[in-house]
Amino acid sequence: MYAMEVSRLAKRFNGFTAVKGISFSVGKGELFGLLGPNGAGKSTTIYMLATLLEPSDGTANVNGFDIRAHPDQVRGSIGIVFQDPTVDTRLSAYDNLDIHGRLYGMDGKTRKQRIDEVLALVELTEWKDKMVKTFSGGMRRRLEIARGLMHTPKILFLDEPTLGLDPQTRRHIWSYISKLKSQGITIILTTHYLEEADYLCDRIAIIDHGEIKVLDTPKNLKGIIGGNIISIESREPQKLADVVTRMGCCRKPRISEMTVSFEAKDGAKLVPKVMEAALKAKIDIESIEVHMPSLEDVFIHYTGTSIREEKAAPSGIMMGRRAHGY
Amino acid sequence: MDIELSKIYAVWLREVKRYTNSKSRMVSSLGMPLLFLVALGGGFSALVPGFNYQAFILPGILAMTVLFTSVFAGVSIIWDREFGFLKEMLAAPASRQTIVIGRTLGGATTAIIQGLIILVLGFAFTGTPVPPLANLVGILLLMIVMSSSLVAFGIALASVVQEVETFQLVQTLLVMPLIFLSNALFPMDKMPVWLQDVSRVNPISYSVDGLRTLMIGAGSFGLGTDFAVAFAGLVVMILAASYLFSKTSI
Ligand SMILES: Nc1ncnc2c1ncn2[C@@H]1O[C@H](COP(=O)(O)OP(=O)(O)OP(=O)(O)O)[C@@H](O)[C@H]1O
Ligand SMILES: [Mg+2]
Repeated sequence: MYAMEVSRLAKRFNGFTAVKGISFSVGKGELFGLLGPNGAGKSTTIYMLATLLEPSDGTANVNGFDIRAHPDQVRGSIGIVFQDPTVDTRLSAYDNLDIHGRLYGMDGKTRKQRIDEVLALVELTEWKDKMVKTFSGGMRRRLEIARGLMHTPKILFLDEPTLGLDPQTRRHIWSYISKLKSQGITIILTTHYLEEADYLCDRIAIIDHGEIKVLDTPKNLKGIIGGNIISIESREPQKLADVVTRMGCCRKPRISEMTVSFEAKDGAKLVPKVMEAALKAKIDIESIEVHMPSLEDVFIHYTGTSIREEKAAPSGIMMGRRAHGY
Repeated sequence: MDIELSKIYAVWLREVKRYTNSKSRMVSSLGMPLLFLVALGGGFSALVPGFNYQAFILPGILAMTVLFTSVFAGVSIIWDREFGFLKEMLAAPASRQTIVIGRTLGGATTAIIQGLIILVLGFAFTGTPVPPLANLVGILLLMIVMSSSLVAFGIALASVVQEVETFQLVQTLLVMPLIFLSNALFPMDKMPVWLQDVSRVNPISYSVDGLRTLMIGAGSFGLGTDFAVAFAGLVVMILAASYLFSKTSI
């Protein structure tokens, strides 16, 4: 039995296709990651699965309910932590949770008990009666997570739960998520942080331009490259890349500033040969490094770009219109 | 049904908590009506000897307070959209209808509290004699109907125009004219004819007229008409709000 089965789910916004008919299944108790750059279609996918946006095509079964036929049952059985803040800052932490519990039809006794439990989980117990407007960004995010868990959902959606948080808070949130996973709740997490996906997820779907490029466990994903990554730093990266290409021993050299990187079956053996070829072509080499493929390399392999580069791209061109918060 | 009621209560509770949590806004939104009552009322009373203008506009000021607070409460869905809380409500297993009703009742509650404060201060400041209990009950009923329909009106509006910038426009282009182009501040029979015509099609005039009849016994449409118009407005606005809000998405 799956916790969720998604089939050919698609979303178009007046002509622009944000999600292009994606399919995947998530097992019960699994922590499933959607990894992709800005504008990949992660939030749009979450909104459709949470019945907040109607799909243009395809459907999904969430907790045994079809999102099109039974949106109310779907909503009652899932919890969501949105990418953008949605707590009411003019209420206390307690009231935010209490009103949430009422909206989900919880009785008074269960509400009180759950409020204590979820606040303890995210270490906000002492802040229970404080107005949320006095909370820091990290505290608000933790409160959002607590609220998403308040009604003990079977599936929890976390849309970029650590976006914009400092490393320490991020670590904290990772530890809450790991704790939840050990309690058996199914979690769908979106992120564009590679290390987050690598660290937390059982399986990862790499999503780009509304399509799932590849889906597997982090270990298998890294195994796909099947070798090493060689990175060479030089003042003449373009020339060096040409030399490497002519050697015909590897695929796709990639230039990023002064560094040329490429995948190689047996990196250590190839290094002397590359050095020799570079010497012959009179190219100075500053440094050379052989490493095991990271998730970043896998991402580049499948999308042709680095997730970091896209993140740094000027807004508006690659990201399109940001569609959140209004 | 029980569960749906408790969800309506949840939405209501949130409105009321937000209101009681921001005392400063509570006080500041009383400022304008009080200023009108004291300055405008006092000024005109001196101008026209023998006419207690303050007592005359007290019902108008009451309607003004209820109108401002109610429309503001309804339109504040725009802010919920901007600051994200709307997503929390739409993601909950509560129907759109439940949200509309809860918000309407919540907004109406705050508007009625504001109205009652003005009423008490008004009676105290202007020396208007307090009407008998039956009239007070009628005043309260009219305030409930009026505020509910105006909150619903605000919700309908916020479901159609979704930009925060619109918010200020609503205040100046809709809410102010509703008061000034009614019988709230000026006696109908002293108005130029065009203004009389406009006031007569302005539904606010009927609520003001009802309040005035019940407070100082000087109305012109008849209580039956006043209440009929108020209730009809309520039905229309609730239907409009439910329909338009059910069409909105995040
Ligand atoms: N309401 C909308 N109208 C038009 N286009 C939209 C709308 N919502 C999203 N889009 C577009 O759909 C694409 C996917 O957006 P989405 O928010 O799902 O991306 P994302 O993967 O969550 O990105 P991010 O990491 O920035 O949150 C983007 O190009 C976005 O501009
Ligand atoms: Mg997103």
